[in-house]
Amino acid sequence: MAVSGDEVKLLGTWASPYAIRVKIALGLKGVSYEYLEQQLRENKSELLLKSNPVYKKVPVLIHKDQPICESAIIVQYIDEVWAGVGPAILPSDPYERAIARFWAVYIDDKWFPATIKIIKVKDEKEKAEAIEQSFAGLSLLEEAYKKSFKGKPFFGGDNIGYLDIAFGSFLGWVRAIEKISDIKLIDEAKFPLLAKWAERFGSVTTVKENIPKTDKVVEYYSKVLKALWNA
Amino acid sequence: MAGSGDKVTLLAEWPSPYVHRAQIALELKGVSYEYLEQEVWVNKSELLLKYNPVHKKVPVLIHKGRPICESTIILQYIDEVWAGIGPSILPSDPYERAVARFWASYVDEKWFPSSTKIMKAKTEEEKAEAVEQSLTGLNLLEEAYEKSSKGKPFFGGDNVGYLDIVFGSALCWEKTIEKISGIKLIDETKFPLLAAWAQRFSAITIVKELTPETNKLVEFWKELQAIRNANTSGN
Repeated sequence: MAVSGDEVKLLGTWASPYAIRVKIALGLKGVSYEYLEQQLRENKSELLLKSNPVYKKVPVLIHKDQPICESAIIVQYIDEVWAGVGPAILPSDPYERAIARFWAVYIDDKWFPATIKIIKVKDEKEKAEAIEQSFAGLSLLEEAYKKSFKGKPFFGGDNIGYLDIAFGSFLGWVRAIEKISDIKLIDEAKFPLLAKWAERFGSVTTVKENIPKTDKVVEYYSKVLKALWNA
Repeated sequence: MAGSGDKVTLLAEWPSPYVHRAQIALELKGVSYEYLEQEVWVNKSELLLKYNPVHKKVPVLIHKGRPICESTIILQYIDEVWAGIGPSILPSDPYERAVARFWASYVDEKWFPSSTKIMKAKTEEEKAEAVEQSLTGLNLLEEAYEKSSKGKPFFGGDNVGYLDIVFGSALCWEKTIEKISGIKLIDETKFPLLAAWAQRFSAITIVKELTPETNKLVEFWKELQAIRNANTSGN
């Protein structure tokens, strides 16, 4: 099916929520690809360094021998190249697209950094602050879901879309952070809409296949990240 | 031309390169809009708090009564709503779009912050580090320009496009940084392609009209730093 030179490769790591976004997007479009698990700490591969010399990070999509970097950019690229194949990832209405992009940026720039901080910091005061910021973000997202997405099952409407993917790709990490810190983040008492959305999102086939198991993420934190962050 | 209810308003601040981006795009598309200067630093204005409650920043584009925030999101919105009118802002090829978005993100996340850091630096060491980072960025952008423009006058080709607007809007601040810190960043001996591009971009009518005078930006910066220092010492 794939024409030679049209091969798709994905450089990623199993735990990276950013790589997961790309996997889900490719899955939605039914695009076959070769997945190449990367080493990020020592010995970054030649291919990674060559394909993403600026940031040396994952994910990198390589299509027709050209690299595309940054998960949000890759997801939009996939949506544009395979437009008309499978469901649209971004909404068609310009205003709805702007809203989806706005919240995706908010999640990346504000919400997830505050949330991951919960398990990164040792100081109790800093931790409490991080938790508060994470909850504040979830409040905004709950409200946004209610206002903009009008009772549909997903942020994208009837099917998962750009913002579902942007937010939902963090679910493996959210569950792990909840387990490690013993705090319920997407608490259905506080965020009923988000809690139900998370369940629905988690049961989509492509998502189930790509979100890592919570225990595996917790183990990765305990064995690798904890020591790294405490250094 | 605009139907009723199709009014376009821009919540703005004259020194902001992010605001200039929106203005350039609206001008390129020939869209009339109402420009509303906002109070951003001391007492944020009502409109700002109402239309951008999450970030409380400019620019905010208000179209058909609905706000759109974040300058790069606004650029894409303008390109999509007024598609087919005037030049395209983003390239049509998906790979070229990805490249334009990548470098625009790099300018915003890395190059511009490290450049303004030159003015904020408290020690010579900090300043030198910021200068080095900024120059490294310019090296990358010089290369990117060569690849993207393919010998044409702009990153976008024959006409200005997304990356020209994002990067170009920062040029007035590059001049301000030079005046305040004495460091010439886009030096034509180091970055000949970018220096030539910068001249071409700055010569565009709408850009010339929008660009604040360097002296005014220097004054603005000094006032802003005074406010910031007052806030920190007041805590």
